[in-house]
Amino acid sequence: MSEPILLSARALDFYYGPVRALSNICLDVPARCITALIGPSGCGKSTFLRCLNRMNDLIPGARAEGSLTFHGREIYARGVDVTALRRRIGMVFQKPNLFPMSIYDNVAYGPRLHGVRSRAALDETVERSLRSAAIWEEVKNRLRRPALGLSGGQQQRLCIARALAVEPEVLLLDEATSALDPLSTARIETLLGELKTRYTLVLVTHNMQQAARVSDRTAFFLNGELVETGSTDRIFSMPRDRRTEAYLTGHFG
Amino acid sequence: MGRGSDRAARCLFFLCALTTAAALLLIAAYLILAGLPALREIGWKDFLLGKIWDSAHAEHPQFGILPLLLTSLYGTAGAVVLGVPLGVLTALFLSKAAPPKLAAVIRYLVRLLAGVPSVVCGLVGMTVLVPFLRERLDLPAGDGLLAAVLVLAVMLLPSVVEMSEDALAAVPRTYEEASLALGATEAETWFRVSLPAAGSGVAAAVALGAGRAVGEAVAVLMVAGNAANMPSLLGSVRFLTAGVALEMGYAAAGSLRQQALFSIALVLFLLVVLINILLYLARGRGARP
Repeated sequence: MSEPILLSARALDFYYGPVRALSNICLDVPARCITALIGPSGCGKSTFLRCLNRMNDLIPGARAEGSLTFHGREIYARGVDVTALRRRIGMVFQKPNLFPMSIYDNVAYGPRLHGVRSRAALDETVERSLRSAAIWEEVKNRLRRPALGLSGGQQQRLCIARALAVEPEVLLLDEATSALDPLSTARIETLLGELKTRYTLVLVTHNMQQAARVSDRTAFFLNGELVETGSTDRIFSMPRDRRTEAYLTGHFG
Repeated sequence: MGRGSDRAARCLFFLCALTTAAALLLIAAYLILAGLPALREIGWKDFLLGKIWDSAHAEHPQFGILPLLLTSLYGTAGAVVLGVPLGVLTALFLSKAAPPKLAAVIRYLVRLLAGVPSVVCGLVGMTVLVPFLRERLDLPAGDGLLAAVLVLAVMLLPSVVEMSEDALAAVPRTYEEASLALGATEAETWFRVSLPAAGSGVAAAVALGAGRAVGEAVAVLMVAGNAANMPSLLGSVRFLTAGVALEMGYAAAGSLRQQALFSIALVLFLLVVLINILLYLARGRGARP
């Protein structure tokens, strides 16, 4: 990997109240590639993902120990501007969660939030984001229509466009295709391949084939620990840990 | 026990429901029957748009309710303008920002406020608010539209708070997560996402509050001054409700004066119906797929 390390965890522990959800995670996420987090339900992969943009802060009693850095700066340090962090590290959720507004207003929400007022600038950002999310052609003639009228797959691509509109460096995807049909999933996977030339992507997936198809690096989580990480080709062809091999060959999960 | 008793129970329930519905229909029918004669005699236009209400004049009584009608509309609008932002922000605090224990205490107080009899609200308004306004604003008398608006604003708070809080609580958490993940602060999220998403519920709360305010009689009677002037913020004014309540005891049975009071009641009833239609529309708009 020649790309610089963007996100880095060292001995990261994470707790929900007294429950330890992550222990001793050491993981590097290089820039401009797709890192897939896999593992059975409850293994901590989503918790780790939500550490990266501190969405876990919303859960009372949640706390992190150890080191987690973005561009070398501690994400959980005191005084970190969480809103600025989330602006640079965007997120797409499991189920499309568009606002009950028009398509245009959904995409323009982030830029408006961060102070863009000019109509021309907003128009430009909305179009660029929709094009980046490969949905411009489908919605360009109905930007003023309610976003909730779109199909599930379109809604999820619109969620990606909405996240891209604030020009993040990193995009986190939390099982972003698990609620979609295979065709919509395929479209989003193609889209992810295009996005990785400009963004750093971290995706949580239940679908091992998806991880194998789209990701450059894979991290296998089990019971709150990181069992193994490496290039996706290597993990899927020559897993070093027996637990990884057992999971990949379908012995559990 | 068995089929027979079940059928009897159903009949009983049906009769109860019928009685309730009949009460409303009877009131509506009676108001129309009792309110129409004076309207015919005075004329719709002179009644609704006449600027002078002088029903007790021995030779030339005048029955123009425009001062009363406008007072009711302005008073209600004023109470909504003051009370709704306060109520909605309270609801926002309770549903999103407040620590659970504090929210429970405030919620309980709001419920208590809803239970304060209107005569008590009027009494406090009369003995505390009116003298306060008189001294602070250097008025000859403190009672008038402003005092009534303030009292009504407080009285419509509970229903606005409770309905808005329900509407805000029903906003899916995923909307708020999406906003936070885009780098919005919590407050930005409440104002830009939660409140608009709860819009129809909040609109219904506004309509409910307006309905309360327009129908309130006792409290406004005690603080509004009750002179049938064209409304001004600091002047003595008479609400539609107060107009009926004040004079009914003095109007001779079957007189035009008494019939005109029924006409006022009819106008009031129609106003409340209108507000309820708005309430219904506001709710319907919220029922999206």
